[in-house]
Amino acid sequence: MMSENTTHTADHHDHHHGHGPIAWMSRWLFTTNHKDIGTLYLWFSFAMFLFAGSLAMLIRAELFQPGQQLVDHNLFNELTTMHGLIMVFGAVMPAFVGLANWMLPMMLGAPDMALPRMNNWSFWLLPFAFTILISTTFMEGGGPNFGWTFYAPLSTTFAPKSTDFFIFAVHLMGISSVMGAINIIVTIFNLRTPSMRMIDMPIFVWSWLITAFLLIAVMPVLAGAVTMVLMDRHFGTSFFSAHGGGDPVLFQHIFWFFGHPEVYIMILPAFGIVSEIIPTFARKPLFGRVSMIYAISAIAFLSFIVWAHHMFAVGMPVAATQFFMYSTMIIAVPTGVKIFNWVSTLWKGSITFEPPMLFALAFVVLFTIGGFSGLMLAIVPVDFQYHDTYFVVAHFHYVLVSGAVFAIMAAAYYWLPKWTGYMYSHTLAKFHFWLSMIGMNLTFFPMHFLGLAGMPRRIPDYALQFADFNKIVSIGGFLFGASQLLFLYIVIQTARGRFGIKATPEVWEGAAPHGFEWTLDSPPPHHSFTTPPVFVRPAHH
Amino acid sequence: MQRTITRLLSKLKYACAGFLLLLSPTAFADYKLNLTQGVTKISHDVYDLHMVIFYICVVIGILVFGVMFYALLKHRKSRGHEAVFFHENTKIEILWTLIPLVILIGMAIPATIVLLEMEDTGNSEISIKVTGYQWKWQYHYLDDDVTFFSNLKTSTEEQQNLVPKGEHYLREVDNHVVVPVGKKIRFLFTANDVIHSWWVPDLAIKKDTIPGFINENWTVIDKPGIYRGQCAELCGLNHGFMPIVVEAVSQEDYQKWITDKKTQAAAEKELASKVWTKDELVTKGEEVYTRVCVACHQANGQGLPPMFPALKDGPIVMGDINKHVETVLWGVKGTAMQSFAAQMSETDIAAVVTYERNSWGNNKGDSIQPLDVKKLKDLGPK
Repeated sequence: MMSENTTHTADHHDHHHGHGPIAWMSRWLFTTNHKDIGTLYLWFSFAMFLFAGSLAMLIRAELFQPGQQLVDHNLFNELTTMHGLIMVFGAVMPAFVGLANWMLPMMLGAPDMALPRMNNWSFWLLPFAFTILISTTFMEGGGPNFGWTFYAPLSTTFAPKSTDFFIFAVHLMGISSVMGAINIIVTIFNLRTPSMRMIDMPIFVWSWLITAFLLIAVMPVLAGAVTMVLMDRHFGTSFFSAHGGGDPVLFQHIFWFFGHPEVYIMILPAFGIVSEIIPTFARKPLFGRVSMIYAISAIAFLSFIVWAHHMFAVGMPVAATQFFMYSTMIIAVPTGVKIFNWVSTLWKGSITFEPPMLFALAFVVLFTIGGFSGLMLAIVPVDFQYHDTYFVVAHFHYVLVSGAVFAIMAAAYYWLPKWTGYMYSHTLAKFHFWLSMIGMNLTFFPMHFLGLAGMPRRIPDYALQFADFNKIVSIGGFLFGASQLLFLYIVIQTARGRFGIKATPEVWEGAAPHGFEWTLDSPPPHHSFTTPPVFVRPAHH
Repeated sequence: MQRTITRLLSKLKYACAGFLLLLSPTAFADYKLNLTQGVTKISHDVYDLHMVIFYICVVIGILVFGVMFYALLKHRKSRGHEAVFFHENTKIEILWTLIPLVILIGMAIPATIVLLEMEDTGNSEISIKVTGYQWKWQYHYLDDDVTFFSNLKTSTEEQQNLVPKGEHYLREVDNHVVVPVGKKIRFLFTANDVIHSWWVPDLAIKKDTIPGFINENWTVIDKPGIYRGQCAELCGLNHGFMPIVVEAVSQEDYQKWITDKKTQAAAEKELASKVWTKDELVTKGEEVYTRVCVACHQANGQGLPPMFPALKDGPIVMGDINKHVETVLWGVKGTAMQSFAAQMSETDIAAVVTYERNSWGNNKGDSIQPLDVKKLKDLGPK
C-alpha cells in the first residue's frame, strides 16, 4: 500500500517538469525533494565558501608585509568579521545540512525527509539571510566590525548602525538551523526502515542525530544573545553595560554557551563522515562502533560544560577557572577514543588511497594536531600566553579547515559518483588533495609560531619580527584558495559527466555492506526508497 | 594530461622536502619559533608547563601516527594485504580510555599549582591601576598618585610605508610603564569604554580590562630591561595600535623616575595657571591632537563619518567655544566620543580646542585659556 502511494506521488511530481527558465526556477524554488534541497544547500555552501575565502585572501594580502597595504583598519575588521560569520554559518553548517539531506533518507531506507515543505523553507531562508548580512558592508558606517564573536560593548554602544541588520540575519540563520535540525530528528525517528534498530544506524546518521539536538539546544541561546544586544542598542536595557548595572562578561558567557556546542556542531558530522569512509577503503568494519557512538555523545555532553575556556582571561574566580580547565581536558578522552578507533580500523586492513580516503586520512592526522593544540590551550596558565594570538587562529583552523572542510570534501568525493552517476578523474582529485594539503599546512602551521612569538589575532598590521612567517602564511593561503577552483571544476565536470566514467551502484569496491545508499542506482531514483528495504545485520554483529 | 599531473605530483614531493628544510632550526635561527621564557618566576613556570605539555603531545603524536603510518604502508591492498575482520575489543577500549585519563591528571597537577600561584596577589609592594581606553593605556601608580597615558609612538608615515620602519615598529610608546626589579607589583585592570586585554609575554600576564570591573594580577621582575606587549582583545578600529612597554629598572632609578614624574605634574599644573598666547596654544594643540584625537578624527580633520565625524567645518568646532570645550570634557553620550575630562589636562584641552578652531581651513580665530577650561570643568557635566 505504502509503496503504491509513493509511486503515485513520484509520477505526479514528474508531470510538473516543464521547460524554460521559469520552469527551471520554480523547480528549485518550490522543490520539496531531499536530493534537490541537498544540492541547493551544497551549492550555496560552496558559493559562500568561495566568497568568505576571497575575504580571507584580502586579509592575507593586507598582512603579506608590515605597513598598511590595501584596506583601512575598519575594513580589515569588517573582513575578519564577515569571513568568520560566513564560513561558520554560510559554508560549514549548510554543507553538513546538505549532506544530511542527501544521505539520511538513503541511509535510513526512506523515500525523503519527513518534513519536505519545512525543508524547502529552511534552505530558502539562507540566501536571504546572507544577502542581508553581506549588504551591511555597503551601508553607511560599514558592516559589522567586531569579530564573529561580537563581544559587548563593542557590538552595542560602539557598533555601526548596520549591526541591526546583522542581528536580523543571525535570527534568520538560527530559524533555518533549528528547522533543519527538527527535520533531521523527525526523519531519523520516524522514517527509519523498520528492520533497522537505532544501534544499527550508520555513524553518519548517529553523528547528525546528536548534532541536531545540539542545534536545537543552542541556536535559541544565540538568538537570545543577539536579541539582548538589540535591546541594549535601542530599548534602553543594560544587559551588557556596567553603567546600568549590567555585565559585559555576561555576554561572553551567553555567547560561548552557544559557541562551544556550535564548534562541535561543525565537527561531529565530520566524525560521522570519516567513520563512513575509512572502513570502506580499509575494507574492514569500523572498529569499536558502539564506543564511537558513546564518544560522540560524551563529546556532545561535555560541549555544554566547557564554554568558559574561551574566556580564561576575563578574570573568573579561580574555582570556576579550575572547573573549566579540567572539564576541557576531559574532552581529550572521548576524542582520543575516536582517533584510536580510526587507527585500529586501518590496522590490518586492505587499504587503498582513493581521493575520499586521502581527505579522510588527512583529517585524522591534522585534526589530531588541532586536538593537541586544543589540549595545550586548555592548560590555563599557558592559555594566558596563547589566548587571542595566532596560536588560537592556528588551532581552530586546523580543526575547522583540515577538520570540518576536509571532511566535507571527503564526503563530496565519496558520494559525488552516487549523486551524479558519474565518476570523476581520480588524478585530478588527487592533485586537488595534495594542493589543498600543502596549501592548508603552509597557511596554518606557521601561525603556531606567530602566536607563540607574541602576535595577537585580529590586527591589521604587525611588528617587524612577525614579517617572515606572515609572508609564508599569505603564500600558503593563496595556494589553498586557488586550489579550491580546481575542486569547483571537478564537481561541475563530474555533474555534467564530462569525465565519461559511469558509476556503478556500488561505486567503491566493497562499499555495499557499508550502507543502503550503495544498493541504489547511481544516480539514485527521485524518491530514494519507495518500499522500506530490509536491514541485514552483518554476520560479525 | 594524466602523465603531466603525475610528473607534477612527483615534483611537488621535492618542493615539500625543500619547504621542510626551510623550516629546520638552522635556516631560521634568527626567527622566534617558541614561547618566550620571560623574566619572572611565573613566566618561567609557564614556559616549563608549555614545554612539558608540548613534549607529551609530541610523544603521543609519534605513537599514534607511527601506528597509523605503519598500517598505511604495510596493510595496503597494493601489497596484497588482506583485511582481517576484527572490529571490537573491550579490554583495549578500556585501556585507551584510562591511560589518557592518567596522562591528563599528570598534566592537571602542575597546571593547577602554577594557576594558584598566579592568583596570589597578596603582600604586594606597589599597586598600578591600568585602564584601557580606545586606543591607549592609562597607568595610575596608586601609592605615589602618579598618572599618565601611554600612546603609540610609531608615526603615520611609517605605517603608510612612506618612510622606513623603525626597529620597534608598532611596539613603541611615548611613556613607558616604569617599575622596579625584585618588588612584587600588583596590577589592577579596568577599562573606560570597551574590553581590552593587557598582555606582556615576558611577564606571562594577559588580563582583560573590562569597563565597570576590576581584575588583578601580579609580577616580580627578575632583571632590568624593556618588555613589550600589546592589546590582545579586539577593541575596535585601532586595536592593533595600542602597545605596552614595561621598563624594569633598579629601585633607585625607579624612585628617581617617580620624583621626576611628580615634578612634571607640578610643572603641568603651573602651566595651567599661566596666560597663553593663541600661537602657543595652536602649537601645543597640534601636538596634543596628534597624540589623542588623530586616531578617530584623522590628521586632516576629516574624520571617518559617520562613526567619527569631521572636525573641518564641523558644527561643534565652528560653533560656540564653551560648547566645544564641554564636548571634549564630557563626551557625547551614545557615541564613540568619550569624556576627556579625566584624560587630558586643562592646558591640553585649551590647546587642542584652539588648534581645532584654527586648522584645516577652520578660521574661527578665537582661543580659550586653561583657566577658563578649569571653570567649565568645575561646573561639571550638564
